Amino acid sequence: MATKVHMEALSPTMEEGQLVQWLKAEGDDIANGDILAEIETDKATMELVARGEGVLRKIFLTAGGTAEVGSVIGVIAGADEDISGIAGVSGGGATAAPTAPPEAPAEGAPMPAAQTLPAPEAPAVSAPATSAPATTAAATLPVSAANGGRVKASPLARRLAEEMGVDIARVPGSGPGGRVVKRDVEAAKASGVAAPVDTPATWASDGAEYEDIPTSQMRKAIAKRLVTSIGPVPTFYLTVDVDMARVIEARKSINAMLEKDGMRVSINDILLKAIAAALRQHPNCNAQWHDGFVRRFNAVHLGVAVAIEDGLITPVIKNAHAKGIAQISAEVRELAGRAREKKLMPDEYTGSTFTVSNLGMLGIHEFTAIINPPESGILAVGGIVETPVVVDGEVTVRPRMRITMSCDHRVIDGAQGARFLQTLQGMLEEPTAILL
Amino acid sequence: MAVMTYREALNEALREEIQRDPDVFLMGEEVAEYDGAYKVSKGLLEEFGDKRVVDSPISELGFTGLCVGASMAGLRPVVEFMTFNFAFLAIDQVINNATKMYYMSDGQFPMPIVFRGPTGAALQLSAQHSQACETYYSHAPGCKVVTPATPADAKGLLKASIRDNDPVAFMEGELLYNVKGEVPEDDDYVIPLGVADLKNEGSDVSIITHGKMVHVALQAASKLDKDNISADVLDLRTIRPLDMDAILETVKKTNRVVYLEEGWPYAGTGAQIVAMIQEEAFDYLDAPILRVTQADVPMPYAKSLEILAKPSADRVVEACRNVLYR
Repeated sequence: MATKVHMEALSPTMEEGQLVQWLKAEGDDIANGDILAEIETDKATMELVARGEGVLRKIFLTAGGTAEVGSVIGVIAGADEDISGIAGVSGGGATAAPTAPPEAPAEGAPMPAAQTLPAPEAPAVSAPATSAPATTAAATLPVSAANGGRVKASPLARRLAEEMGVDIARVPGSGPGGRVVKRDVEAAKASGVAAPVDTPATWASDGAEYEDIPTSQMRKAIAKRLVTSIGPVPTFYLTVDVDMARVIEARKSINAMLEKDGMRVSINDILLKAIAAALRQHPNCNAQWHDGFVRRFNAVHLGVAVAIEDGLITPVIKNAHAKGIAQISAEVRELAGRAREKKLMPDEYTGSTFTVSNLGMLGIHEFTAIINPPESGILAVGGIVETPVVVDGEVTVRPRMRITMSCDHRVIDGAQGARFLQTLQGMLEEPTAILL
Repeated sequence: MAVMTYREALNEALREEIQRDPDVFLMGEEVAEYDGAYKVSKGLLEEFGDKRVVDSPISELGFTGLCVGASMAGLRPVVEFMTFNFAFLAIDQVINNATKMYYMSDGQFPMPIVFRGPTGAALQLSAQHSQACETYYSHAPGCKVVTPATPADAKGLLKASIRDNDPVAFMEGELLYNVKGEVPEDDDYVIPLGVADLKNEGSDVSIITHGKMVHVALQAASKLDKDNISADVLDLRTIRPLDMDAILETVKKTNRVVYLEEGWPYAGTGAQIVAMIQEEAFDYLDAPILRVTQADVPMPYAKSLEILAKPSADRVVEACRNVLYR
């Protein structure tokens, strides 16, 4: 049985992929799950795994070429199996790199140019190619995914699921059209297969992931008016000037303590810790705008913008509020390193609730950053600059740093953003406040 | 308990009430000399005389109006329609006068009056004489609608209707008159209006119905029972006032409902019941509610077509399986 090798959606937003290199050659034996190729997505370089076994009989896309998600880029089949029915140029948008012209068609028989392959069967699951076997992905995939997100369930089944703590999206329905009914919820409860999703402990460390606050009429009016002015994310900017002397001192003493472990933390690591702590005190800034409600996150998942070749990516420090500075430092270093190698997995660069962009090391004094929707805030951090300031009526030189916050005005009002920055400033100017 | 027919139970109720209250009288076509078209008033003329059991001309609007006037004057008339199909001629007196009098007179004229007779189809009486007429009356505020299915209910509910101070449309059935059943031997056996009765107890599905269809529902329940499906059969007994508590109780028990009625589906009694269930028990429903009704056509005369047009036990079984998804 021949298996077509498709260009798979290896990131949530991927539309096409570029073939970096084949790790198997035509004629190689292939086992299910073997890594066939490296594919560059819009976010990272990912591995494409075999979804069948046999021999890699044909390759249609050469290194450097791109193909639309869903198009066929190779064929795995038995050594002697007749694949003339599917061999040929790949459908969709596959284009060969100019430096690597396509090979002659298989078995010497020229394929008519007009022959196109059947409509691509796009893989249903955009699971990362290197993650657990496909069966695991299928088992944890919400049933509702097949219905475009809507769960068909009887009113009674919905109520029971809520009462029993069963995630109805994961209950297979036995009613007409897959409707989930009472008996399905009861069976799911009994078998335990549809317990609410167990998120990893590092992801949800303290109860509810978020809280949805219905939008008031005033908030709706604010949102509506501002979007017509600057849309679709009506942004305003707040800048605060922070004295960093105490953070510099704190860094010295922390690094002295960490010396025996061979570790060092940066000013930015302390800053991230302070931001996470300040956001916990200002959940209205750790929030998202949705139609009809504002979603406030209880956990702080901090996106850290990392410049990489050809662009940038924001790996996420999950539950940053619950982590120590040393752990944050280690994670940032590790994630940023892999980000530069384009080796991040999708769940490592999605799910942030707030983002920080720091251009201080590039000599930038002050700048504004663009919000990464659906988040409603981002901090643009400049470098520490020795600056003459007036303290107690005297001009003195102090290490100062400017932070500019971009705020989605639908979620955050000026005074709210200012109060958050005030808290952050207080923590940086007196780092023991982070412990409060 | 005495075993008697539905017809005899009605006769007993009339006799006891005429005897009990000198204001009660019976009027209608052929109710006196002929003992009634269906012999419901058998022997009453002889026993009570022609002031209490009165033959009317063949003029439904006329004698109904006369009885509405008698009620205003303080009497308690029982109007017999030979069938409710003929009562369309009198519906102006019922809807415009009887059901509104108490309201429009600011309570000066209570309207104790019973309109009774058979409703629904018998056998091959064709389109004009086979109609289930409940909804014409239940639609109007101010009219109580009673639909007994068994001899005991016929007796207890007719006595309650005669004693009630509001207009009551009391709907019997040609095919019910010969139904036999046990009736308590008590000359004060009264069943309050607005109380439903669970005629069969089950747990998987609720068949809610009224009137003659109770018997079809019980046949369906016994067929379902052979396949280990147990059905609640809830007999509403009165459509107005409605026993919503009993309806909610069975819905909450089985979560699946079939409404069975003899009349047409469009704006039928079932449509009202379904609306009320989804308003008050939405979170208890595990399946959409289905209705089994007469086909939405005038009743055909041809026997084969009439059978297809009427609700049947098999159609109820099928509907129950559908709401059970099996």
